[in-house]
Amino acid sequence: MSSEAALTPTEYIQHHLSFLAKPVGGGGSFWTLHVDSVVTAAILGVISIGLLWWVVRGATAGVPTKRQAFVELMFGFVDDQVKGIFHGKRDFVTPTALTVFVWVLLMNAMDFLPVDIVAKILGWVGIHEWRMVPTADVNTTFALALSVWLLMIFFSIKVKGLGGFIHELFCSPFGSNPLLWPANFLFNLVEYISKPLSHSLRLYGNMYAGEIIFLLLWLWAATGLVGTVFGAILGVGWAIFHILIVALQAYIFMMLTIVYISMAHESH
Amino acid sequence: MNINLTLIAQAVAFAVFIWFTVKFVWPPLLRAIEQRQAQIADGLAAAEKGRQSLEVSSKQAEAAIAEARARAQEIIAQAEKRGSQLIDEAKNAAREESGREKAAAKAEIDQEVSRAREALRDQVAALAVAGAEKILRKEINAQAHAELLAQLKKEI
Repeated sequence: MSSEAALTPTEYIQHHLSFLAKPVGGGGSFWTLHVDSVVTAAILGVISIGLLWWVVRGATAGVPTKRQAFVELMFGFVDDQVKGIFHGKRDFVTPTALTVFVWVLLMNAMDFLPVDIVAKILGWVGIHEWRMVPTADVNTTFALALSVWLLMIFFSIKVKGLGGFIHELFCSPFGSNPLLWPANFLFNLVEYISKPLSHSLRLYGNMYAGEIIFLLLWLWAATGLVGTVFGAILGVGWAIFHILIVALQAYIFMMLTIVYISMAHESH
Repeated sequence: MNINLTLIAQAVAFAVFIWFTVKFVWPPLLRAIEQRQAQIADGLAAAEKGRQSLEVSSKQAEAAIAEARARAQEIIAQAEKRGSQLIDEAKNAAREESGREKAAAKAEIDQEVSRAREALRDQVAALAVAGAEKILRKEINAQAHAELLAQLKKEI
């Protein structure tokens, strides 16, 4: 912040909240790519999934190494959650839940990196706008939620058939009386719309708020000695509390993924 | 908060990561875990089997020991019986032998006694004859009165 003393607080926050947006193709507001979100998410995904893959490739049925035991514990944890909710073959649902969990966890954890130091380092290589937390970008969370939503519809159709899916759309939850069809359909419509929205906005909101509180604390830390001391103390406190939020939100996102996919497997 | 192409890019990335996990991360670990579960189950079953066979063989050993003990008891009883039998036999043989020897000695003694008596009788007869001779020096002829003398000898 010291080097950016000329910035007003608003500018400081705006600076840290602006994406590295690159227009793609003909322009238009949709045709923009948040390079920072995509690249960070991709790197974190490659790191987390690649790490799992690296450990698992050497997996042995005998006495496991500490690394393997750790991965197995994580797998077991996710698999137990899936087992409790989803009753069926888990060879797609568990890996999906695991992917969601480790990826979202890592993306959330980017909140712990000190924004100004990262910005400084990236500034040296000529990048002046970079948001480190992909899950604080609504595009990321919405992408995940929409993918889960599509999986939900896919499995719903796969399990019940297209006819069954449409039947359920009109005949549940209130009954198959034709008079109730509009009510049922409206109900299901609301449900299908609210699911991805709540799924994605919950994660986005938590991460975005966390980011903003960090920024406000750092802003305070730049106002003088007292501010630095209190900003640092509160920053540590918020970071510790944020560990809980980061893990909890990743867990909730995973659980909702499992719940939505498993609900799609049940016929009503 | 603007929705843009990032959404599509992240969704694609998500799909790729899911595909990768389902395809390459999940199966090997699941295989390893299932294999280990099978191994543990086998190990437990083997342990159970070992325990059972140990139980069986210890029971067998117990039975064998009991049998051996009974057999030993029997052998000892037999030996004792045989021993006492031998002692009895020896006692009987000794008793018989001693009886026999006693009888033989008795017979010898009797013989000796009768011989001595005979000799004594002879001597007494001779003495009587000699006495009578002395008394009846003239009248008695040893030859003529031999019959009388023999009868006298017998009476003595």
